[in-house]
Amino acid sequence: MTPEEEIEFKRRRKGRNTALALVLLFFVILFYAITFVQFGK
Amino acid sequence: MADSAALYLPTDWRDFLSLTKPRVMSLVIFTGLCGLLAAPGDIHPVIGFTAVLCIALGAGGAAALNQWWEADLDAGMKRTAGRPIPAGRLRGIDARDFGLVLSGASVMVMGVAVNWLAAAILAVSIVYYAVIYTIWLKPRTPQNIVIGGGAGAFPPMIGWVAVTGDVTLMPVLLFAIIFFWTPPHFWALALFVQTDYAKVGIPMMPVVKGEASTRRQILGYSLVLLPIAAAPWFIGETGAIYGGAAVLLSLTFLFLAAPVALRRAGPGDPMKPEKRLFGFSILYLFALFAGLVADRAYYGQGAFA
Repeated sequence: MTPEEEIEFKRRRKGRNTALALVLLFFVILFYAITFVQFGK
Repeated sequence: MADSAALYLPTDWRDFLSLTKPRVMSLVIFTGLCGLLAAPGDIHPVIGFTAVLCIALGAGGAAALNQWWEADLDAGMKRTAGRPIPAGRLRGIDARDFGLVLSGASVMVMGVAVNWLAAAILAVSIVYYAVIYTIWLKPRTPQNIVIGGGAGAFPPMIGWVAVTGDVTLMPVLLFAIIFFWTPPHFWALALFVQTDYAKVGIPMMPVVKGEASTRRQILGYSLVLLPIAAAPWFIGETGAIYGGAAVLLSLTFLFLAAPVALRRAGPGDPMKPEKRLFGFSILYLFALFAGLVADRAYYGQGAFA
């Protein structure tokens, strides 16, 4: 891997990790909210 | 194997996002949301949001599976050759797994958070699009667009059932509207966009049955669309706001479809009537479903009651 490729590799990996973290955080909040709504029934 | 950088570089997250066909999804979200807002009964905003999210995730999963299956066809067509899999930015099996996870998660969350009938219809719509349409019928029959239209017709029905928990005539009518709208919408586009479907062996109607037959069928479907779109008004499920909008919009649709059906285009034709019909067909669907929600809200039915 050339140094340029390594920079690109790290950039993409970081982008994916960030995207996945945000998705997971979103679902944590969503399920928290759903749970409260279902308990309220 | 590792001669291309794409093979060992991680796929950019944007390529996963583009697998879900975000532009198609906007129409899916809109019609699904309209079905949900027009349905009688109330739904908690969080549950309603979850239902629309699941419809969108299911559509995204089905789109990813579609691109996994059709990667070799996409590679042969100019319009689709730049998609993530044929362009080598994403591995086919990653797209398959991504599609399966999205589809499975959307159905399970819909079932647990909303209701299992909506989840079942969502599952049927995903299998319908990814298996019955993509794998089985698209490469085999020029009626593929008619059949594919069925996949796009599910979202308002699922949105409705998410609220009511049962299938009545209204969600079936909403399904029928999109079902009969799709062929004239897509074939108008097929007439003026030079696609390479023939090159990769997909039997699109203008290629198989010829332009004249396609134009006649556009008019035929537009004629059927008028009574179907107005049916919710005739059976008394909606008021005059929707009824007036449906009749006016469908008559305009017919008025724009007639010149498309009655003309023949030579080489170098600017295809203005076809482009007009296609442009209007998109506006038609948005306006019709917006009219439905407005009508139900005005007469004190649906989510805004």
